[in-house]
Amino acid sequence: MYRIVRKEVLNPQVKLLEIEAPYVARKAEPGQFIILRVDKDGERIPLTIADYDREKGTVTIIFQEVGASTMKLGQLNEGDSLQDFCGPLGVASHFEGVKRAAVIGGGLGTAIAYPQAKKLHNMGVSVDVITGFRNKDLIILEKEMAAVSDRLFVTTDDGSNGTKGFVSDILKKLLEEGAAYDVVIAIGPPIMMKVVCDVTRPYGIKTIVSLNPIMIDGTGMCGGCRVTVGGQTKFACVDGPDFDGHQVDFNELMRRLSMYKDFETASVERHKCRLEGVANG
Amino acid sequence: MANMSLKKVPIPEQDPKVRSRNFDEVALGYTEEMAIEEAKRCLNCKHKPCVSGCPVNVRISEFIALIAEGKFEEAYEKILETNSLPAVCGRVCPQETQCEARCVRAIKGESVAIGRLERFAADWAMKNTKRKYKDIPKNGKKVAIVGSGPAGLSCAGDLIKMGYDVTIFEAFHMPGGVLVYGIPEFRLPKSLVQEEINGLLEQGVEIKTNMVIGKVLTIDELFEEGYSAVFIGSGAGLPVFMRIPGENLNGVYSANEFLTRINLMKAYREDAETPIMRGKLVAVVGGGNVAMDAARSALRLGAEKVYIIYRRSEAEMPARLEEVHHAKEEGIIFKLLTNPVRIIGDEKGWVKGIECIEMELGEPDASGRCRPVPKPGSEHVIDVDTVIMAIGTSPNPLIRSATPDLATNKWGCIEADEETGRTSKEGVFAGGDAVTGAATVILAMGAGKKAAKAIDEYIKSKNV
Repeated sequence: MYRIVRKEVLNPQVKLLEIEAPYVARKAEPGQFIILRVDKDGERIPLTIADYDREKGTVTIIFQEVGASTMKLGQLNEGDSLQDFCGPLGVASHFEGVKRAAVIGGGLGTAIAYPQAKKLHNMGVSVDVITGFRNKDLIILEKEMAAVSDRLFVTTDDGSNGTKGFVSDILKKLLEEGAAYDVVIAIGPPIMMKVVCDVTRPYGIKTIVSLNPIMIDGTGMCGGCRVTVGGQTKFACVDGPDFDGHQVDFNELMRRLSMYKDFETASVERHKCRLEGVANG
Repeated sequence: MANMSLKKVPIPEQDPKVRSRNFDEVALGYTEEMAIEEAKRCLNCKHKPCVSGCPVNVRISEFIALIAEGKFEEAYEKILETNSLPAVCGRVCPQETQCEARCVRAIKGESVAIGRLERFAADWAMKNTKRKYKDIPKNGKKVAIVGSGPAGLSCAGDLIKMGYDVTIFEAFHMPGGVLVYGIPEFRLPKSLVQEEINGLLEQGVEIKTNMVIGKVLTIDELFEEGYSAVFIGSGAGLPVFMRIPGENLNGVYSANEFLTRINLMKAYREDAETPIMRGKLVAVVGGGNVAMDAARSALRLGAEKVYIIYRRSEAEMPARLEEVHHAKEEGIIFKLLTNPVRIIGDEKGWVKGIECIEMELGEPDASGRCRPVPKPGSEHVIDVDTVIMAIGTSPNPLIRSATPDLATNKWGCIEADEETGRTSKEGVFAGGDAVTGAATVILAMGAGKKAAKAIDEYIKSKNV
């Protein structure tokens, strides 16, 4: 069992759990992910590693409650344990030779962009961070990102934090003003990553995206996470999750992500019924 | 007095109409009376050709003689002397090409039903006896086993009996490998697999789940942790696709994914947390046991029509005859000498059909089977909403990419000596599908067994 040593509610839908998993903590690198199960009948949930502490032997995950399984995960508290916690999986991000980078996080993607920004910053790379949220109540990791960036831009779709627009708008502006990057790392909803790639393409800036397709095992076994990159089928779990964003077929990715949407909606309804049943009973 | 009937005592089975809608086991097993009657068909012949047909050399005529005498527990123990998973082997071994193929009774009539009798003995013992184990002095040496499928389990079973401390590292959250994620409940109940694994645990085998070797620990780090030898039985887990247009449409599964959702994640249950598409019109591409398993599972999930699409003829199908027979009984439609050329999607990107071309058999190819050749102009579309690719798997690259000094062949299979499992890396042995590519449970078990013996010799000779 894997004990939860710290829990934080980052915004109404997004929670942070720091989990005791010494073997995983020893090897984890930015860009990699884990697969967990909440309980013995639980679904296998892949989540990108948000942080790790080799000395404490802990791994941090940040997740949004989107289906019944992540809602169940969100109900756990410090001291509770997870049934399973497997990793680190996937290929770690590579940053050799990078001197100037822009790290972009959209919504929950900010949680995954954070370890990348942190690693780059610690390597002495000049890092601009751009994060975007729907509104100011959903902003996460502002303090943390500020600590690992040279410049931090936080934007909201509705302008409720004073900066209105999408992350891609900010990036576009910075590029137009002459900002030069060796690499842009974009992590967030597929549509955001797609738009960022469209912004960087004319500048020829290498753009790395982190993909989160549906998967079961995370070791290359099911092939459910296949994505088309540069016209070739890749498995995000073993070939990624980082890919060259200019080569990714985002439309296919978005279509495949919607595969179980009806099931997800139904499972949330069932889960809510059960919760309310408990509350009423 | 021997039973000279030319036919096997039939095994009771669920009616095809009923079973095609449930996941319960198809074959119900012999009663004691049936088992004794069938056991009496064995002539207990001197040269025992059946034993040499068994990859783990089960003492076949001896255990059958014990069944004939009604000594069921003794029969089970006789099997256990060389086979650590009798309840599994009695169900999924291809006896018809192994032990039973060499049975003297098969010269005229049907062979003795060795598989059914093995299954009977194992089921009887599990139901009626409590396992007991000899106390074996520990020798203080540790062996690591990577993968808890048939190869790993049989290797562990033998090593623990020799006094080693054995730790199995499993990537999934549950041990059993292909026995739990691949083979469906209706062919191999998971409670039985668990029961067999419990036997190993009771003997002191340790199983660490959620450990992806190559990622969380390398092979070299296992040695640093004090293991004297490592056995790799990581299987052939990587699905192969056809590389035809439309394979990434919504509604296209690899057989691995489809079966893992059903078997390991229990997606067939109404209350399961893991979802699965319940297709109405399903095409399964391939002609092996996995294709049969996927097709029959799709039917049980409520499909109206399930097609097996296979590019050669029935004679070349690699699936066991029994599986093909069961599939036909249940109403699976066989589209033979047919090969997909593309999968067709609707405007939203969901599968709506599969375009195929008819094939005819040409000259034999390298595998000895006739090469299928497309018939120009025979393209046609079959309406389906789900496609399952069951055309094979290849070994998982995780370990080989993290272990540069482990030699592999051009297909990514680990190079290992057939008799000992010895690899290019000192102290590392390998066996099962990771070495051979996708094969059978029993061959993997045989390889695990041989490796256990070789590991014992290696550790003793090196004194590591």
